[in-house]
Amino acid sequence: MSALAVALTGNPNTGKSTIFNELTGAHQKIGNWPGVTVDKKVGYVTYKGRTISVVDLPGTYSINAHSQEEVVVSDYFKENKPDIVVNIVDASNIARNLFLTVQLMENGIPLIINLNMMDEAERQGIKIDEQKLEKAFGMPVTNTVGRSNKSVKVLLDVFTETRMSDYHPSEMMAEHIAKVNAIKASGMAQDKIDEEIIAARYDFIDKVMAEAVTTQSVGTTFTDKLDSWLANGVPALFIMLAMFYLLFQFTFNWVGQPAADWLGDLLTVDFAEWAKDAMAAAGVAEWMQSLISDGIIAGVGSVLSFVPLIFTLFFCLSFLDGTGYMARVAFVMDPIMRRAGLTGKGIMPLIMGFGCGVPAIMGARALDTNKDRMISILITPFLTCNAKVPIMALFAAMYFPDNAANIVFAMYFLGLATAIIAAKILGMTAFKAEDSSFLLELPPYRMPDMKTVLLETWDKGKGYLIKAGTIIFAMSVMIWFLSSFNSDGMTDEMSDSYLASIGSATSTLFKPQGFDTWEAGAAVVTGVLAKEAVVSTMGILYGAGDDISTEAEDAGDTAAQFMDTTMATSFTPLAALAFMIFTQLYSPCVTALGTIKKETQSWKWMSFAFVYTCSVAWVVSMLVYQIGRLLGFE
Amino acid sequence: MTLKDGETGMVVRIDSVGDSKLKNRLMTMGLIPGTRVEILRSAPMGDPIAIRLRSYNLAMRKDDAEKIQVTKISA
Repeated sequence: MSALAVALTGNPNTGKSTIFNELTGAHQKIGNWPGVTVDKKVGYVTYKGRTISVVDLPGTYSINAHSQEEVVVSDYFKENKPDIVVNIVDASNIARNLFLTVQLMENGIPLIINLNMMDEAERQGIKIDEQKLEKAFGMPVTNTVGRSNKSVKVLLDVFTETRMSDYHPSEMMAEHIAKVNAIKASGMAQDKIDEEIIAARYDFIDKVMAEAVTTQSVGTTFTDKLDSWLANGVPALFIMLAMFYLLFQFTFNWVGQPAADWLGDLLTVDFAEWAKDAMAAAGVAEWMQSLISDGIIAGVGSVLSFVPLIFTLFFCLSFLDGTGYMARVAFVMDPIMRRAGLTGKGIMPLIMGFGCGVPAIMGARALDTNKDRMISILITPFLTCNAKVPIMALFAAMYFPDNAANIVFAMYFLGLATAIIAAKILGMTAFKAEDSSFLLELPPYRMPDMKTVLLETWDKGKGYLIKAGTIIFAMSVMIWFLSSFNSDGMTDEMSDSYLASIGSATSTLFKPQGFDTWEAGAAVVTGVLAKEAVVSTMGILYGAGDDISTEAEDAGDTAAQFMDTTMATSFTPLAALAFMIFTQLYSPCVTALGTIKKETQSWKWMSFAFVYTCSVAWVVSMLVYQIGRLLGFE
Repeated sequence: MTLKDGETGMVVRIDSVGDSKLKNRLMTMGLIPGTRVEILRSAPMGDPIAIRLRSYNLAMRKDDAEKIQVTKISA
């Protein structure tokens, strides 16, 4: 017997993905629908000797084809005839959920209506007569209780035993479809036709509701009580800031970063040394040893060391999203974000950008419109990520010892201000034609399904590992090669390498900024690989010793080490400021560039991100240096 | 007319000013003439607002909400 094809469709926030995860477990493949950044999830399950393939279509309110998701669902049904279509309906929100059901049936798609969250509906005083509902649509009706695994498994029996050919649209539905066809043939303007059809659908739903659903008022719900704190006026803003603070602490201080540091050390120090010793003992050629330990292990290690951070962050975000709180965050932040040309939902990626740009760029996926997504991705690189902090801290301590904290703060502010101005400009130019809107369901608060949270976390982390990992791997090998070779072959002196030549060529670009030394040029180049590399490259080039710390809190000691070298005199304070501004604003690191490529599915936008950030950085740092000189600073 | 927080009204019609897509989206979300809507609360600075209709909660910006003509009904 051939595989049984099942498609799950339904509104957002109906628990559809949870049902999908319960049905298929880890046997799922997540890819992209062609041409769009919408996840395509397909899973398999074997039941009573039959293979059932399940596709989880993106959650949509309609198939009007206004959004990417709606286009995906609409195209799917045009191109595929699955054996069974299950329409997952949130029973506690049945009236609006049935809109999609009616629209699907108008398109001649036979379906099983599965009422999910029946327990929640009961608590809200909503009673649904399944037999009457079945009669009203002429289609089979089943039910599941939210997150109960057992009740979801019942669906497998439904899939294998239901013969869709036994069901036909009810008379009431046939009348509705006739009405819709009459409206389509009426010759009115298209907008008017669309509106009349929408109204007709809700007419039909109101009739169904009157027959099959009774609602009793149960007073204030749990969600309303929570919302009077979490989504109400100015106090909600403070509660949200506290939540973000905790999330940030958890990810960057308590769990994610310590784990990342530990893993990074283990791989790039312990494992690299072990590998070097092992290779030396085995008599491997010296260049090969260097390639493996300094190039591949160091480079790939730096990717892997991001992994705990990314997993922790995505776990927290998936969890919060599952509770329904993220919708409130968007709601509370919208008035502030709108003034910056962004939308409420864009706050999460922006905040993440102060930690690391990579999850921030990936987080932009959650935004509704292409415009919001693209702007969010393109402005993230201006923010002060964790890896830029050591550069700022070191330069501030060396050249502005009396004002170090103020200078670092000013750099944070400069990054944020540039991001906001860029958002405004991009919104008025490249993405002018596209609209940005804010129409957002505030779903009831729910306990997230852990299986779903973990699967989401794993999926996002895995995507990062594979795609960004391949790019950074290649770049690591390249930088290793450039810093270990010159035209005569391998060299131990980095100042003699291709990298130094490139550095001195690059540095001519920075004459107007006053830091046209080859060391600064080389640091700028390696900084594209990873911003952490800026300080360590300078350390090696200026001979400050290779045990310099890239931790921001050690900046004082590190600065003292650097002060003993020629670096102390190779920058004037004004040139140092220009260098800080340049490194604050210029190109995202290769990992971030790889992520931009992946998320925008476009080499063009990735190149644009590189070129425009570098241009902005070059111009701003040049202006600061030149104007500073005119004002008599040095 | 304008409803205050906590007040309930009924949708009379939705104005389509320029962007007809918005009207279409609002209607798809269930804002059809005759639908009961309750104003629940608002974000800091009074915008966006949260409303309740057809037993679910929806947030929208005030600019968009102004396109929805309503009459007040005493709850």
